[in-house]
Amino acid sequence: MIDARQLTKRYGEKTAVDGLDFVVKPGTVTGFLGPNGAGKSTTMRMIVGLDAPTRGSVTVNGHHYARHQAPLQEVGALLEAKSVHPGRSAYNHLKALALTHGIPGRRVDEVIGLAGLGSVAKKRAGAFSLGMGQRLGIAAALLGDPRTVMLDEPVNGLDPEGVLWIRNLLKGLADEGRTVFVSSHLMSEMALVADHLIIVGRGRLLADTTVADLIREAGGDTVKVVTQDPARLRDVLAGPGVDVSGRIGSEELRVTGLTAREIGLKAAEHGIALFELSARTVSLEEAFMDLTRDAVEYHGTTTGTESVGRPA
Amino acid sequence: MSTLTETAEEPRTTSARPAYRVTGRRVLASEWAKLWSLRSTWITLGLGLVFLVAFGLISANRYKSGITSGHMDHDFAGATAVSLSLFGTHFAQMALGVLGVLVTAGEYSTGMIRSTLAAVPRRLPVLWSKAVVFGLVALAVGTLGGFVAFLTGSGIVSGTPAAMGLSHAGVPRSLLGAGLYLGLVGVIGTALGALLRSVAGGISVLVATLMLIPGLTSLLPSSWKDHIGPYLPSNAGESMFAVTHDSTTLSPGAGLLVLLCWTALVLGGAAYRLARSDV
Repeated sequence: MIDARQLTKRYGEKTAVDGLDFVVKPGTVTGFLGPNGAGKSTTMRMIVGLDAPTRGSVTVNGHHYARHQAPLQEVGALLEAKSVHPGRSAYNHLKALALTHGIPGRRVDEVIGLAGLGSVAKKRAGAFSLGMGQRLGIAAALLGDPRTVMLDEPVNGLDPEGVLWIRNLLKGLADEGRTVFVSSHLMSEMALVADHLIIVGRGRLLADTTVADLIREAGGDTVKVVTQDPARLRDVLAGPGVDVSGRIGSEELRVTGLTAREIGLKAAEHGIALFELSARTVSLEEAFMDLTRDAVEYHGTTTGTESVGRPA
Repeated sequence: MSTLTETAEEPRTTSARPAYRVTGRRVLASEWAKLWSLRSTWITLGLGLVFLVAFGLISANRYKSGITSGHMDHDFAGATAVSLSLFGTHFAQMALGVLGVLVTAGEYSTGMIRSTLAAVPRRLPVLWSKAVVFGLVALAVGTLGGFVAFLTGSGIVSGTPAAMGLSHAGVPRSLLGAGLYLGLVGVIGTALGALLRSVAGGISVLVATLMLIPGLTSLLPSSWKDHIGPYLPSNAGESMFAVTHDSTTLSPGAGLLVLLCWTALVLGGAAYRLARSDV
């Protein structure tokens, strides 16, 4: 359980995190989404007390992180892959962290096995690939068998097998009743693992929602129909849960609440000619980009950028 | 039977969680393990020990050959077996001080500090543990090196005016003083690294304090120089392990006190920064 209240972080003139209010609940995977520079990492650093909030507060399992007797048992965090001394072996790195809490050596061996580091555990961490470094960071996060697991961009640098491993790991941890909080700037990745989404842009909360709700709010599953007789078709399609919209004088209608198949059948039944019938499913990626369009910190200069995700 | 297995398979998060806890002793154990799990520790401590012993032997040999040939260097006038064999202290202090800087600043340059402080978010126990662990290790290496250098060096200069034995008044105090001085230099290095959070910055300030500033005092008017000079860390330290003292140097006890004050000052600054600023 993570509880942020009016969490704010300012670096000089720049406000990195601006009055964030959110709760991350146990038992589900919560995705923390936002474009680069949205304040995700800063928020996570404040959760584990590496950065002090300018205003507001954040607690983990009811207390400030630093107040816990065994912090690693409350929150296991992967912040940046390079939070390791390159001269130390993976085993010695984990062992040193374990010693601060009195975590037994067999737990160190356990997380090394869990992260698939068995063959390289005695090698210097500096010689690790990005993916191996990421696995070591995750092993460290799981070391204290924490109630809350927090990972910042965990799939960065992982190969497809590693990505799959992370997905299953996150789901497994959530199924065990743990709080799982994962950041990413890739909606497509989050859609596969997260149930709940917290979306931020420029340090502000843009949405605190579920994956299904986000799609629905962004336009849901709309069907575009072009017909010879829009007025009659409107009447034919009308019913509970069905929404039909269209401009007067236009042959085009937009229908929600019915599938393209159902619309086609009804039109045929009443002998109404259709010129076009197409389902327009809003992808999560589009919904996300719509939401964060104004909050993107660094725009590309490609001319196409502005029209992506919002068909005219 | 079946009920037993069921309870055993309860999710670990709800019950039967091991009671881990961060304690001062455990943070000490962690810092001890961290120190020895890096190759640079072994190399630099080895260098410090070699500097201490080798330079002591070289200076004792130079003195001995000066006596036998009759061409005595000015520098060696009034030399004793202690001053000759502890000649290497000036170099060993660099090795130990630099390793002290690496112990703390190295964590910032590599990012390790984030892992460290996530495990010990109260932060200050980390600084105290690093200072204690490395201070004791530097003390042990310094004392060992000092005694080895003296025992071999005094053998070389026996039968010369500089000859001294372990039982000679002030000799054990000087050798222990040298070890203590090197231990405190190690702590100062550790504190400088934590204060500046930069390996290059920490080493620069360390070298400036121990080697450059003492030379610069000769630019001051002599009345100032006499008042300020003895209180500089390097001079205060030197009076801890010198056998003879005059009006321009502090007594060994006063020297120790002054150096302890310097150490406390830098350590206090490091603690303030560690507790107050983001990492």
